[in-house]
Amino acid sequence: MSRRRVVVTGLGATTPLGGDVSSTWEALLAGKSGVRKLEDEWAQDFSVTFAARVAVEPSEVMERVEMRRLDRSEQFAMIASREAWKDAGAPDIDKERLGVVIASGIGGVITMLDQYDVLKEKGARFVSPHTVPMLMPNGPAANVGLELQARAGVHTPVSACASGAEAAGYALEMIRNNRADIVVTGGVEAAIHQLPMAGFASMKALSTRNDAPEKASRPYDKDRDGFVLGEGGGVLVFEELEHAKARGAKIYAEVMGQGLTSDGFHIAAPDPDGSGVTRAVKLALEDAGIPLSEIVHLNAHATSTPAGDVAEANALTKALGSDISHVAVSATKSMTGHLLGGAGAIESIFCVLAMYHHKAPPTINIENLDEAVTVDVVRDVPRDLPKGSIACLNDSFGFGGHNVVLVFRSYES
Amino acid sequence: MALTVEVVLEGIKEIVVEVAGIDASIIAMDKKFTDDLDVDSLSMVEVVVAAEERFGVKIPDDEVTKMATVGDAVNFIVANGK
Repeated sequence: MSRRRVVVTGLGATTPLGGDVSSTWEALLAGKSGVRKLEDEWAQDFSVTFAARVAVEPSEVMERVEMRRLDRSEQFAMIASREAWKDAGAPDIDKERLGVVIASGIGGVITMLDQYDVLKEKGARFVSPHTVPMLMPNGPAANVGLELQARAGVHTPVSACASGAEAAGYALEMIRNNRADIVVTGGVEAAIHQLPMAGFASMKALSTRNDAPEKASRPYDKDRDGFVLGEGGGVLVFEELEHAKARGAKIYAEVMGQGLTSDGFHIAAPDPDGSGVTRAVKLALEDAGIPLSEIVHLNAHATSTPAGDVAEANALTKALGSDISHVAVSATKSMTGHLLGGAGAIESIFCVLAMYHHKAPPTINIENLDEAVTVDVVRDVPRDLPKGSIACLNDSFGFGGHNVVLVFRSYES
Repeated sequence: MALTVEVVLEGIKEIVVEVAGIDASIIAMDKKFTDDLDVDSLSMVEVVVAAEERFGVKIPDDEVTKMATVGDAVNFIVANGK
């Protein structure tokens, strides 16, 4: 029996660039930055005074009572999944064939910290009974699963900044393995709070370019000094090809494969050798079974840290060999900031749209390209991709040494 | 202010509107928290804690399990309030 094929039939997002997919994509192509100075009181005298908050506050699109029972990360998941489900045409499906795989890197950390304040200030009796369902990392997936009544399985892979991409890979396998015909998948993160930011700052992982926040996220630039924390999330509807065709669904792209490896090297630092990344790319290409000549675009993990960006670029070059020359590399975190567990999801959406529109989004803020970066970076303005059948890669890495590479391909009916 | 049925009912209405977000006009003594007002077991905990704080009354857990309707809660608070 030939392998079940998986396509993307719906997209949803709420990001620092826009409250939905179309506004986010438009801002991305326009090279806009979603990074801003934080208004929060705690941020004013902190070592990092900026981040990439969502462009549209959940309160603008969600009822007050629903909001108070959902952690901010869960609110992002509901908003993005509602858009994605509607975009897919709200398919009428046997709920036992419908799955949800939505990840988060940290889970409901803001709820946990807010309720700890309640505990200390008012006492245990006043801790909200919604605390646990709001702080559990599977909360975003569980709430989306409840709303859609998904009964094929609701899952949450957790692998730090690779979580969103790992979710997509899990969703792909759920459909390939015939556990489901449709899987709603993605990743979300809501961690712009003093404690997680203090933790990242202590690791010297965050940019401290306080005088120019919109210039702070600058992957591949010589003067990059760390990542910019972002929030939000993205959701994609994955569907078995024949199922999508039978109901006349709009097909954005095909999900061709995934490669998963782990470094076994260090809890936070990237392996300078990059062999984990190289192996993940090779495994993903093997799984996808497409000629290397078709790979014309890559949405890089490139978070704007001094060590990470170059190690990644070198590993990609090693994996693709001379074929790296026809790959247009985009580092969209230069505009969105780093959404941690949401990153792999929104960047999968960007890959899907790049295949659909044959257009690679730009990388902004490169004033002086680091000489160690030898890949072909799409700078400042979007670039048209070749016509015909094309494919792209989305790579994501997480603290802990997790490497995930996904392959998407344009779909020709 | 004396804890009369009217006063307590008014307070419970405000709390239920805050917790469950439903229209105050449908909240009445005979309405069931779970079936009529969308107050599930978790939200009921919020209603009880808010009522205790507002009326200065301790509502023991075994009493909470007996409170099916708004009237059950109002009558308990009126009978046990100061």
